[in-house]
Amino acid sequence: MPNNLTKTKLSNGLTVLLKEIHSAPLISSWAWYRVGSRDEVPPLTGISHLVEHMQFKGTPNYPASLMERAVARDGGMWNAFTFLDWTTFFETMPADKIDLALRLEADRMLNSIFDEKEFLSERTVVISEREGNENEPMFLLNEAIQQAAFRVHSYHHEVIGDLADLKTMTRDDLYRHYKTYYVPNNAVIGLAGDFETEAMLARIRELFESIPAGATPPRLARPEPESRGETRVTVEGPGETVYLEAVYHIPAASHPDFIPLSVLDSLLAGPSNLNMFGGGGISNKTSRLYRALVDKEFAVGLSAGSNTTVDPFLYSISLTVHPGRKPEETLAALDAEIERVQDKLVSRQEIKRAIKQARANFAYGTDNITNQAFWLGHAEMFASYDWFESYLEKLEKVTPKDVLRVARQYFRPQSRVVGTYIPTGKEKK
Amino acid sequence: MIIHISNSASHSLPGPEDIHREVLSNGITVLTRSNFNSPSVSISGYIQTGSLFDPDEKLGLADFAASALMRGTVKYSFDELYNDLESVGASLGFDAGLHTTSFSGRALAEDLSLLLGLLSEILRQPTFPKVEVEKLRHQLLTGLAIRAQDTADMADLAFDKTLFRNHPYSRPEDGDPETVKAITRADLVKYHKQNFGPRGMAIAIVGAVEPERAVDLVKHALLSWKNPAQPEVPPVPNPKPLTAAANRHHKITGKSQADIVIGSYGPRRKDDDYMAASLGNSVLGQFGMMGRIGESVREKSGLAYYAYSSLSAGVGPGSWTVSAGVNPGNVKKATELIVKELKRFVVDGVTKEELTDSKANFIGRLPLSLESNGGVANALLTIERYDLGLDYYRRYPNIVNAVKQDDVVAVARKYIDPERLVIATAGP
Repeated sequence: MPNNLTKTKLSNGLTVLLKEIHSAPLISSWAWYRVGSRDEVPPLTGISHLVEHMQFKGTPNYPASLMERAVARDGGMWNAFTFLDWTTFFETMPADKIDLALRLEADRMLNSIFDEKEFLSERTVVISEREGNENEPMFLLNEAIQQAAFRVHSYHHEVIGDLADLKTMTRDDLYRHYKTYYVPNNAVIGLAGDFETEAMLARIRELFESIPAGATPPRLARPEPESRGETRVTVEGPGETVYLEAVYHIPAASHPDFIPLSVLDSLLAGPSNLNMFGGGGISNKTSRLYRALVDKEFAVGLSAGSNTTVDPFLYSISLTVHPGRKPEETLAALDAEIERVQDKLVSRQEIKRAIKQARANFAYGTDNITNQAFWLGHAEMFASYDWFESYLEKLEKVTPKDVLRVARQYFRPQSRVVGTYIPTGKEKK
Repeated sequence: MIIHISNSASHSLPGPEDIHREVLSNGITVLTRSNFNSPSVSISGYIQTGSLFDPDEKLGLADFAASALMRGTVKYSFDELYNDLESVGASLGFDAGLHTTSFSGRALAEDLSLLLGLLSEILRQPTFPKVEVEKLRHQLLTGLAIRAQDTADMADLAFDKTLFRNHPYSRPEDGDPETVKAITRADLVKYHKQNFGPRGMAIAIVGAVEPERAVDLVKHALLSWKNPAQPEVPPVPNPKPLTAAANRHHKITGKSQADIVIGSYGPRRKDDDYMAASLGNSVLGQFGMMGRIGESVREKSGLAYYAYSSLSAGVGPGSWTVSAGVNPGNVKKATELIVKELKRFVVDGVTKEELTDSKANFIGRLPLSLESNGGVANALLTIERYDLGLDYYRRYPNIVNAVKQDDVVAVARKYIDPERLVIATAGP
């Protein structure tokens, strides 16, 4: 056990990953469920996220206010996230207070109430969350692009869901969703921090192993057919800034090509930050796209990246268009750079640089227990923890030829969606 | 409870025996703390110049200068400088605040010397190349155009403008489009020459490096820096008291959410009643799911995804605010709920139980907030900037526990008058 990692499965199917790290008197605990927006169909889009919210609304043992208060009193941090493929809940606590988090998580795997009145109030909170998102041009543009990119696959809609569905879904819909997906055999628990594995595992068994397994939940998977041409979308809205986004279909995180694509991403747009918490932040000012687009004044801002998903998703390049340029000019400059990586081998030196950057990002990520615990379960959601542990090793094997091949294979204009946010005018003072 | 807890990190909070502090002969204070758990280092620091005394017609000057520092130096072009940093996965950035210009960076421990060398070069010899200044100006102006569409930013600006009338704190640090257009390259050069200097500078280095070596590296990079022209830090004027309630709305059409900021003045960080205000603020709009404000506006009424209070306390007069993002149709209702909570807060104060909870939270969360190298570096700078003493985090539980219910109600009444609140909104 060179890396202090223990992975085991309880008799009810719950997967447990434990990693001892004694650098600070803290423990971070994460509970993951294989359910996300890709498991939703209309008129229930957004239901996974709303269920996540309701998981903070209490059980008979832990009424909402008591949960909240208990974690805060102990100096803990907790939160939850819903994504395309998963929903997760975490608590990072002083090490001697972690038992509270374990009891709470075991309890709400089974016993959440989903009180009708609480549901009605939480529904409007989520509608307000969506309205806040809609204030952002990039949210509006992303939403339009995502639905253009996925006609068949349920990655089609945003995690937060459509307003029409948020308004009409009922408490019983939510409760059914909860009961279907929140079963131990559909969950992973990952803990990292200042504990002793044997004692921690015994305590987890004590709290979680009696939770009955359920039917294995279905996973909605309608593969997206290959697209037969470029799609263009425009979104209009307030402001005076033009945004341009181009997305390309790329394979799932577990696919071998995901690794050379990560190297390509690093060369094009700077190292993507794998750290969910406390890490990263390497700038991208010497990346190919920065030099060609921002430095040459086609754009004033650039970001790009992909997601580690179960099914094939998107590589996305977002540009804030320079006020002196038309979006077509900026797109043409982007295309020229994409063509460059398709025409000519990148240098080994550039790949080596990308690896050093990734190594630094990994080092930064290790000064944060929450981040280290996050990866235990997160990697299990789309591959396995080994995917994360061997990431640098896999990067080191990437050759210039691999990069050329994936650039040609995936960055084809025929398989992309290009979206433009067109501002409708200057604000009158 | 059967989990055995190891004592590997019982002395994990920074204290006098593991913080090394040294003042160099040119006025730079170096603070270091070693942490060999990860092979990286974080640096963080500030110099004594900021946007406070930007001329009105060139507002945004300090911010522009901070953003332009890395656009080229005597030894490096913009691209060469970032190439050195990015090639080793290091980062470095500068940001102008009201009173100080701060910097922070990170590198693998083996690259600390490179990072400090670049820091010195950037602080001392920026050249503000004309072409780069113009590129940056477009980026800054686009940033301001985006800010003009951000309901939360614009509500904050409207709030500061109204509360701090005619005080330097009333102005946006990043300026306005007209003032940013008015700033010339010569302004940047002059501002740098006059205001940048080592006196009053502080730098914290935390991570996989021995203190002696960290100090040596700082000396090597920055001990020879002198600027006899560096001005004294001027005192901050006191703002005028609020004599009446004031409302201000900043219209942004086409938005689906409006932002509200309600509040008044707050204490300075060094004031004796800062901790009482901070604990009171926790009860009001932080503790758990955003305290009483969150309970009222979010949990009970379902009006907002976020609704919380904050205390902004620095060198000069602070502010104490409640912020929320709501549907434009719910602005009035949410405002009423918030004002009602503020009234209850100043009339009844906090309960014994609420105060105990927030105290436990303040003390309990210390290990988490001081977990990372960056977190510790910021904590060391806070100690330095506000004279808190190297034993501050060891004394912290006593400081927190000394606050009484009466102290909280007294500080609430001192700063918040529910009949004289500034209410700023931005949205349709």
